[in-house]
Amino acid sequence: MGTLFDFNQAVQLLSRGFVQTALLAGAVLGLVAGVLAPLIVARNMAFSVHATAEIAFSGGAAALLLGISVGYGALGAAVIIAIVLGLLSRRDTERDSVIGVLLAFGLGVGVLLLSMYTGRSSNKFGLLVGQIVGVDSMSLALLVGSSIVVLVVLAMIYRPLRFASVDREVAVARGVPDAWLTVVFAVLVGVATALGVQTVGSLLVMSLMITPGAAANRVTANPLLATVLSVVFAEVAILGGIVLSLPTSVPVSPFVTAISFVIYLVCRAVGTARVTPALAVRT
Amino acid sequence: MTAPKASVLPALTGDARSEPAVLLAGAGLRYGQRVLWDALDLTVRPGEFIAVLGPNGSGKTSLLRVLLGLQPLTSGTVRVAGSAPGAGNRHIGYIPQQRVLDPAVALRGRDLVGFGLDGHRWGIGLRDRRARRQTVAAALQAVGATHYADNPVGRLSGGEQQRLRVAQALVGDPDVLLCDEPLLSLDLAHQRAVSDLIDERRRTAGTAVLFVTHEINPVLPLVDRVLYLVDGRFMIGTPAEVMTSETLSALYRTRVDVVRVRDQIVVVGAADRGDCEHPHHVSGT
Repeated sequence: MGTLFDFNQAVQLLSRGFVQTALLAGAVLGLVAGVLAPLIVARNMAFSVHATAEIAFSGGAAALLLGISVGYGALGAAVIIAIVLGLLSRRDTERDSVIGVLLAFGLGVGVLLLSMYTGRSSNKFGLLVGQIVGVDSMSLALLVGSSIVVLVVLAMIYRPLRFASVDREVAVARGVPDAWLTVVFAVLVGVATALGVQTVGSLLVMSLMITPGAAANRVTANPLLATVLSVVFAEVAILGGIVLSLPTSVPVSPFVTAISFVIYLVCRAVGTARVTPALAVRT
Repeated sequence: MTAPKASVLPALTGDARSEPAVLLAGAGLRYGQRVLWDALDLTVRPGEFIAVLGPNGSGKTSLLRVLLGLQPLTSGTVRVAGSAPGAGNRHIGYIPQQRVLDPAVALRGRDLVGFGLDGHRWGIGLRDRRARRQTVAAALQAVGATHYADNPVGRLSGGEQQRLRVAQALVGDPDVLLCDEPLLSLDLAHQRAVSDLIDERRRTAGTAVLFVTHEINPVLPLVDRVLYLVDGRFMIGTPAEVMTSETLSALYRTRVDVVRVRDQIVVVGAADRGDCEHPHHVSGT
């Protein structure tokens, strides 16, 4: 490979079955992550997403050791930790430190499990940085099925969830059951995070679950537009990352995170440029 | 909708309003050994404006929590808008005290008001979007917030945010309006504007208002009756009956002097009557 990016080779690879599967998996993940991201940002859940991803990694490691599908291991661990994190009060001052404690321990267990695994080492690496081109039809079915469940449940709770996320006091006064919406949403985030662990890897899942939402929030206050932008940003990052990584030996994640980060920087700049003149007029 | 209160109220006294807006009978609330209030009887008629006064910790906010169904009574019964508390929350509007909303939150004034209409309902809300948009626009116009309705709420001034709060509470066409220190930290002009909006609502639509405040003067001309809570004791009556040296001295069990200066009431000697150092929020659980 003479250059970093060989256009012809990339086009050739795009016709391959495993690449198309990877793109399909990426598109599904981008959709789910993009829809969830603005809510994750609104609820200040970045750290708990990070913790969920690390614990999902440990679940995946356990699955490797047991010889079952990594996807199920990651999913199981993520859902359990999501319920635990969801039960922590959003206003609990201990919340961040409890997440940190669980995260450190869970990651330690994951490293232990990986060190006991004697199979292919690329499987280990894949858990950390993703191996989307290794997605087979069975994990694709799991991915699509879980994504549909996440989106359907989210659609059912979307309005009161958003109300409670941005205006909790009045939402509670209006009878919105914030406590259990918090748990349900944490589980949805846990499932989506586990799906992300398989593709972009646990270390970088935040570039899909948080960055697109944070970027969209910088440029618009319109919730519908923010969600649409967030999905577009997530899709551009994941699909662009996969295509760019094809002709290289570099994993998908550096490309995904780089695209995601650039989008965020641009949105920040646009948002700041818009706000500054308005503030100048007001003061 | 602009007819005077007297001619509108009989028309509204249909099925939904045959009951009092708020009914407390023998109501008591205690936390462990501490009695917030006991044997409280209060019947609030539609269109009535009740100011709930008292020092910090006297149970003003807890009263609102009881009416919202977030806090069960220790004894007695309570009915709100013809239902058990909690069951009829869609007939209740709630205005919290002004507090800084996160400037980064992706939320326009229009969205904040929309929450008051259907934010508690399940689903995404794709049906009847046009009717919804019109209802929200009308509520925004009624409080004079149309021109900043598309701005991010976090970047609005306290007074602008509080106007949106009024629209949010009224857009659902409530029978009962619960206000928890809604004027706190507003300047005089905005205090006046916000309380006038609340007053107009109860006069035109017969909405009963329970207005928790530590400072009666901004709403004194609007108040029909005062519920004054102190250390488990309380007094209910018109401002002229309650806001006297004798009554408040009895409530506080110490010498309190009530002086009227022009159209203001000055209370001297009531402990902890001043600023709310620990603002309470209804959502605190």
